[in-house]
Amino acid sequence: MNTATAKAKKMSTIQALNMALDEAMAADPGVIVLGEDVADPEDGGVMGVTKGLSTRHGDERVRSTPISEQAIIGACIGAAMVGMRPVAEIMLMNFSTVAMDMIVNHAAKLRFMSGGQTQVPITIRMTTGAGFSTGGQHADYLEAWFAHTAGLKVVTYSSPAEAKGLLLSCIFDDDPCIFIENLTTYFAPGTPAEPGERIPLGVANIVKPGSDATVITYGAQVPIALAAAAKLGEQGASIEVIDLRTIAPWDRGTVLQSVARTRRAVVVHEAVKPFGVGAEISSVIHEELFSQLKFPVQRVGAPFCPVPYSKPLEQAFVPGVAQIEAALRRILD
Amino acid sequence: MNADMTPDKATLLEMYRKMSLLKQNDEQARAVILSGKLPMIYYSPRGQEVIPSAVSVNLKREDYICTIYRGTHDLLAKGVPLKDLWAEMAGKASGTCKGKGGPMHITHPASGAMITTGIVGSSMPIANGLALASQLRKDGRVTVAYFGDAASNIGAFHEALNMASVWKLPVVFVCQNNRYGEHTRFEKATAAKRISDRAIGYQMPGVTVDGNDPLAMFAAAKEAIDRAREGGGPTLIEAMTFRFFGHVFGDADAYMDKEEKAAAMAADPVPRYRAWLIQQGHATEAQLHAIDEPLGREIAEAIEGAIAAPFPDLAELRKDVFAAEVPA
Repeated sequence: MNTATAKAKKMSTIQALNMALDEAMAADPGVIVLGEDVADPEDGGVMGVTKGLSTRHGDERVRSTPISEQAIIGACIGAAMVGMRPVAEIMLMNFSTVAMDMIVNHAAKLRFMSGGQTQVPITIRMTTGAGFSTGGQHADYLEAWFAHTAGLKVVTYSSPAEAKGLLLSCIFDDDPCIFIENLTTYFAPGTPAEPGERIPLGVANIVKPGSDATVITYGAQVPIALAAAAKLGEQGASIEVIDLRTIAPWDRGTVLQSVARTRRAVVVHEAVKPFGVGAEISSVIHEELFSQLKFPVQRVGAPFCPVPYSKPLEQAFVPGVAQIEAALRRILD
Repeated sequence: MNADMTPDKATLLEMYRKMSLLKQNDEQARAVILSGKLPMIYYSPRGQEVIPSAVSVNLKREDYICTIYRGTHDLLAKGVPLKDLWAEMAGKASGTCKGKGGPMHITHPASGAMITTGIVGSSMPIANGLALASQLRKDGRVTVAYFGDAASNIGAFHEALNMASVWKLPVVFVCQNNRYGEHTRFEKATAAKRISDRAIGYQMPGVTVDGNDPLAMFAAAKEAIDRAREGGGPTLIEAMTFRFFGHVFGDADAYMDKEEKAAAMAADPVPRYRAWLIQQGHATEAQLHAIDEPLGREIAEAIEGAIAAPFPDLAELRKDVFAAEVPA
């Protein structure tokens, strides 16, 4: 396919992620993919993200595993310690809880505990998000758990092209990366990713510049925040929207510079609000910019309950345009 | 026993050298802790010396081991240098891990000691990964995962054995069954009569061996390591042994059967093997003394050096968290 046709054609996140994995595997024989159903005879994963990879790169390097999350992450850690760059697919983020010992006690800490003698360059892909009526154990956002663990990088994206560029950066990063995917936006078409393009970790993206208030968010909440910003824009308010891209370690510089200009901020995420990533960001803004703020930083997040099943409850659980708009109105009025 | 399963004289003496090193290292460790000169948390492997000694003489330097918090014997048997090990136990900058790991997390990749974990059962899933890398690269290396009897009751054991067997990984699972998991007797916590019985569930060879018998342990280890190296997949070895100094050194031991413990200590495998070597004419008392004596001195020097060595710089708190230093 030439570049002109590639540009014309929209690409889903699933296709973009597949492209990143394919590129990484072609570039480095140390890149391997382990996970439940990831090889082609098993459909390339339940969402089809790894479709075609075992056919192209061999079933030694793309291995369907037993449903054994500890063993999957453990195998990735061991292989990574001796120079490989494994990518684990942990299907749903909630299933990562089964492998928390491997992720938190080992992947995150082996570099430090070994005094830098070993490193664990693994990428753990996991998808999540409410909206498909999957109830309380298939849709949680647990990024704060990982962000709270020294040694882990936590990364997510807000478009197919970014998904590809960020995943590639995670795979070739020398630290363990938790790569969070969003189930509800998997199939949505977007601008196609460019071959070879990577997006650096630790750098936030100002998606929309503005001067009256800053919305700091990430992942699937970015388009929702943009919609809220557009609504307020109709009434003359200029809202800046920042996509963190890397949740941990987060780009303090970009966020603080923005809020120093706008002097008002809202932090938005789909995860439940108490003890969330928003609490950390809000707190740092207050610590650094207290005297310059026109209004206390507001947080928007899901209510403090498990993800509900019933459709109206689930819809009310996920923060939407209305909640972000309301938070912005509070600080602008 | 097959002829090739019997160690030659050099190997018999190398096993003894390792056992002597491990036994004396533990004796001096306990002494220095009791002296108050080097306070640290310590899980004594005294009584279990035969197992890693017999395993390690069948391993190459580039082969990998994963061990656990009761692991100084496994680490020294694999070749981790005394000086580096002791400096790490003392939390000093010259330690294997710059003092940032400590006694429960000794790592020394140059010796093949890839991880020491403080989490029961976690050596096995990671050992699989090392073995997977060897399988993909066809580098001929074997990985040994050491763990205790209690670790066979945790989920990671079962996940790891199943995966290793499905993928025919070049890994050997060496369970050091010292009869107690923390303070609880084996029978009270483990439904299996023998841990090796669990191997059949994963379609891999499983063997229970007297882990205090150097020749039996050598043969079991050699068979399993050869099998792994030749592509025959994993083996579960249950090596029966006994720990002489409780769970964590200093615990009151009240939970242990006094008679059983006394009998195990009376049958101390290291002096038993030493006497056997002399009796069989493999070595003289003088030759074995010539092995023992310099090791004791080397250990003492390593301990003294560790105590005198400088602590790490506080800037280390920001290093090795990530590849790039964390900003101050």
